[in-house]
Amino acid sequence: MSHDLLVALPIVIPLVTGVIALLFYEQRETQRIISAIGAAALLIAGIALLLEVRAEGILVSDMGGWPAPFGIPFVADLLSAVLVMMTGLIAFTVALYSLATMDPRRESFGFYPLFHILLMGIAGSFLTGDMFNLFVWFEVMLIASFVLIALGGERAQLEGAIKYVALNLISSAILLAAIGLLYGVAGTLNMADLGMKLQDVDEPWLVTTIGMLFLVSFGIKAAIFPMFFWLPASYHTPPIAVTALVAALLSKVGVYALIRAFTLIFTQETGYTHQILLVVAGLTMVTGVLGAVAQYEVRKLLSFHIISQIGYMLVGLAILSPLALAGSIFYIVHNMVTKTNLFLISGAAYRLQGTYELKQLGSLYRYHPYISALFFVSAMALAGMPPFSGFFAKLTLVRGSLEVEHYIIVAVALFTSVLTLFSMTKIWTEGYWTPSEAEENDELPPGVNSWPGWNSQMLAMFVPIIILATLSVGMGIFAQPVISLLIETAEQLLEPSLYIEAVIGDES
Amino acid sequence: MGILVAVLSGFLVALAAPWLTRWFGDRVGWVIALLPLSITIYLLTFIPDLADGGSVRYSIEWIPALNINLSFHVDGLGLVFALLISGIGTLIMLYGGGYLQGHHQLGRFYLYILMFMASMLGVVLADNIITFFVFFELTSLTSYLLIGFDHNASKSRYSARQALLVTGIGGQFLLVGLILLAIAGGGWEFSVLVDQADVIQDHALYVPIMFLILGGAFTKSAQVPFHFWLPGAMAAPTPVSAYLHSATMVKAGVYLMARINPTIGGTDLWQFVLVTFGAATMLLGAYLAVQRTDLKQLLAYTTVSSLGTLTLLIGIGTDVALKAAMVFLVVHSLYKGALFMVAGTIDHETGTRDIRVLGGLRKLMPITSIGAAVAALSMAGIPPLFGFIGKELVYEAVLDLDTFAIIIAVVAVVSNILMVVVAGITGIQPFIGEEKETPKHAHEAPASLYIGPLVLGTLSLVVGAIPALIDTSIMEPAVSAVAGQPVEVTLYIWHGVNAMLIMSIITVAVGVVVFMGRQQLRSVTNQTNLLAALGPEAIYAHLLAGLDWLSRTQTKIIQNGYLRFYFLTIIVVLVVSAIYPLMAYGNIQLAGDLSDVRIYEWVVVAIVLMSAIMAVRAQSRLAAVAALGIVGYGVATIYILYGAPDLAMTQILVETLTVILFVLVLYRLPQFATLSERGSRIRDAIIAGTGGLLMTLLVLVVSNERFYDSISQFHAEESYPSAFGRNVVNVILVDFRAIDTFGEIIVLAVAGIGVYALLRLRLWEDRSEEK
Repeated sequence: MSHDLLVALPIVIPLVTGVIALLFYEQRETQRIISAIGAAALLIAGIALLLEVRAEGILVSDMGGWPAPFGIPFVADLLSAVLVMMTGLIAFTVALYSLATMDPRRESFGFYPLFHILLMGIAGSFLTGDMFNLFVWFEVMLIASFVLIALGGERAQLEGAIKYVALNLISSAILLAAIGLLYGVAGTLNMADLGMKLQDVDEPWLVTTIGMLFLVSFGIKAAIFPMFFWLPASYHTPPIAVTALVAALLSKVGVYALIRAFTLIFTQETGYTHQILLVVAGLTMVTGVLGAVAQYEVRKLLSFHIISQIGYMLVGLAILSPLALAGSIFYIVHNMVTKTNLFLISGAAYRLQGTYELKQLGSLYRYHPYISALFFVSAMALAGMPPFSGFFAKLTLVRGSLEVEHYIIVAVALFTSVLTLFSMTKIWTEGYWTPSEAEENDELPPGVNSWPGWNSQMLAMFVPIIILATLSVGMGIFAQPVISLLIETAEQLLEPSLYIEAVIGDES
Repeated sequence: MGILVAVLSGFLVALAAPWLTRWFGDRVGWVIALLPLSITIYLLTFIPDLADGGSVRYSIEWIPALNINLSFHVDGLGLVFALLISGIGTLIMLYGGGYLQGHHQLGRFYLYILMFMASMLGVVLADNIITFFVFFELTSLTSYLLIGFDHNASKSRYSARQALLVTGIGGQFLLVGLILLAIAGGGWEFSVLVDQADVIQDHALYVPIMFLILGGAFTKSAQVPFHFWLPGAMAAPTPVSAYLHSATMVKAGVYLMARINPTIGGTDLWQFVLVTFGAATMLLGAYLAVQRTDLKQLLAYTTVSSLGTLTLLIGIGTDVALKAAMVFLVVHSLYKGALFMVAGTIDHETGTRDIRVLGGLRKLMPITSIGAAVAALSMAGIPPLFGFIGKELVYEAVLDLDTFAIIIAVVAVVSNILMVVVAGITGIQPFIGEEKETPKHAHEAPASLYIGPLVLGTLSLVVGAIPALIDTSIMEPAVSAVAGQPVEVTLYIWHGVNAMLIMSIITVAVGVVVFMGRQQLRSVTNQTNLLAALGPEAIYAHLLAGLDWLSRTQTKIIQNGYLRFYFLTIIVVLVVSAIYPLMAYGNIQLAGDLSDVRIYEWVVVAIVLMSAIMAVRAQSRLAAVAALGIVGYGVATIYILYGAPDLAMTQILVETLTVILFVLVLYRLPQFATLSERGSRIRDAIIAGTGGLLMTLLVLVVSNERFYDSISQFHAEESYPSAFGRNVVNVILVDFRAIDTFGEIIVLAVAGIGVYALLRLRLWEDRSEEK
């Protein structure tokens, strides 16, 4: 397959899927089938892209045939390819899950087209090699996710969606201003070109100043301290499939943008920028996890955990050592799998007991051993217990940090890890172990008798959960291929000339 | 290969356990016990290899990228532990089947306990430090599930979490300690690091490494002040207490100290820390034990005391002390496992574990009482039981100390006196005297329940009477492994009359006397219970409460729900983070050459500025919207003045549309009101003004600094020849950067879908109509 096509497919597939779904606006059943096929295709395209990038090195496709930096290139390096593949995985699992859980009304009002357009925006963000084009994909993502979060128009949804969109628009405004300023000094918006031209300018601090605007803008998207407000305000309001999707992907795009910008372009004064990143990473971890500790609603609790985990994803970027950066990317991958699954499992519990409130949930352990096992594995993976994926992400990061003598951040990370364990056991204790009110009254808790058996709907609900739980375990026990891939990824990021050469070529 | 199978088979059988339980019903314990039994037999085949001072190593790669191997190393130390784990495991599997007969979650019990057993075997046999750590944490995790086995009881849930958190925190310390150890020593296998002892002990990080590793060991092995989770863990079913919380898991920390002793041990600091904490734990555990009336609590606190003894002995570190440690380890596992099983059996048969209502069971439960008596005698250190040899060695080791020998010796004697008392209370008292009324009328327990104590009791007796059975074959390799050099071990039951024997005699004699006065002792020691309010368990509870308060307060402050506060924060962050690099850049020229600015440009600027201020100060929405519109038109005018008429047209269209839309929705909004205080408005104005100022400064600066010419030159030149369009802006939009435009079209399309869906789909309203 030609490289051009391979790089473009992750954007084309969701676009085509979304458009076809839109054409069948009145036919819900058809849309469901199209959505599932499109999501599977995206996953396959993502895998193919990653395999190719790993074999061939960074792939570049100049859109419209205009050579970089004059046109807009799509660039797939290992980081982009890994994240695109993960997007495909999340798309596929959540698309299946949606078939079982999305209410028909929302399905009739454009849920599937929006779902795939959102994926397109995300894939576009991961692949574009142009700063302004990144802004455009952010807008695509923002509008699609905004409508998805608000779709249904329930009061809580609207309140959350307003905060979500308002704060993200601030981010967009800052980003646009920053892009303008950057263009002003560098005369180009191509990331590789920027990376090349800004490496040794006479005024590194001016570039750094502009870099701080990018940091703030991307930081809002990534939900870092102290700008994460939009996330806990909105994520718990839409249907759980939407929550799972946006939770897995949106903030990771922000993290991706930070990694891209602060490994490729803004590396002039790392003593300042990356020190800030390190401090912010620590604060993000701690405030996020403390936020989670305070919650008794599962979705809110998990949402705060997203923030906390973002901190881990920044540590490697702040330290800029290959192993630590690999650990941070491992965290991204691990979180996309594990956190998504925790949301999906909470959705399954909601299906049974009709609540997300820990005080009302209960008895799940006694009556639903398989759901309990799936939850326990995912929760312990999130808490970084061996032998699950989170442990090896933690190990990679901690070892990477210790090797370059960053002790404080390790202490903070591990403190956070204990609090994560604390709040995961809170869900387990309250929701799973504690007998529900019904059981206390010697009745069967809700959901025990309403279990329909393994019909197609239940399969659509549990197959994704099982896939993701298997990955949480598998990426731990069989961590070797994951870690070696991610170390390669990190080394590629820390060698920006590879990216620049691939995009601009040697002649310039 | 065999070692790998021996360790990992437990996990596989564990996963099958729920089904095995379904198939075999009440006999499942006998079936599952076959696994640990065969592992025990397999392990015994290593004895000849090790007796010659050798060891067996097996390694396959696991995660080579992080130097993690599935490497296992059977040496004397590992073998002793592994034999205890699989041997006692065999009895526990049997016992558990009888104890939990008919329990609806018996399958889960076996699932967890088999996983635990496999993990524990992994802990003591792993050579790679990360593999070791993985298994170490897995024992905490399985222990969590087992303590919470009786999950409907809040005490179980609380204790399970407490144990997991305490050992989990220790685990984090340990992880860092191990990684630093590997960095310092340049290897990731215990067997490699042991040769780097000098390098590691001279390393700048030696002290932190030691404390971090001990953090893991002390929490796991319940050393003061982390001991409190262990008595709490007694909420687990008794087979679990017998296995995890006396014979095996709690010794994982002791194992770690023994394993690491030749690598980081032997320094003065190491000795000081271990001896201090060990002695304190030894004494406090024994003291707290005698206050209890619940059989399991009594045993739990003496376990704490014994763990302290082991730490103390490893800390002393002489050959005798290490010999004592290994012997006492085996002694303790044998008698404590047995006594726990007996306690469970009594509970099972009588319905109570309260020693105040137990008595005279010897007639009703003769076989159990024999097992109990033998175990108790070993615990009390009566010859010819193995416990006697153990205690002699402990005294010998203590007397060997250079400094503080007297203090430590007194501590050891007092603790051991209390041990004698507890041995009497737990192993003798329930069986002697008058039969008492208990909730259930007791009968002799089924075979599955008494086999365990009997076997362990017999072992105590046999190896006590004939220590030659194990001294050179098993104990010697173990002690040598801990010492890091060959140590000769020959054990005798009779040493002749010496200081140790006299101390032993005193211990037993005083112990018996105190046992007679145990009720007075209990009431006297109970006086100190008030101190528990200052103890570590209370601190733990306070910490949890503090955490709860902190998390709620923090979240209330940060995530306060006010959008305006969120905006404010972001602007502040923006300004603060940009100000330092901007200052560092420094080359800020506020005004360039203003002579070029024409008068009507000044007018436009003034209009824009004034409208912006008006928009902020407006007292009605309509006025604000109108003022914003003027700002927009003003900007459009600037575009026109600078020769971008198409841009200006777009701007004017957008502004017009925006104003119209605004006006349309104004009717639907509630009455305009000024809610904020004057003070907060001033604050907002300052922050907003600073933000605006920053952006202005940046624009001014950037217009002075241009490192490179714009690439738009290319666009202008190539527009017609390559892209066949004369209007460069259009060509950029639809050709050079067509993807941007394409994306924006999608944005509009999605916005369209969104508007339609939001107007038409109001689930909330649907629902209220239904009501």
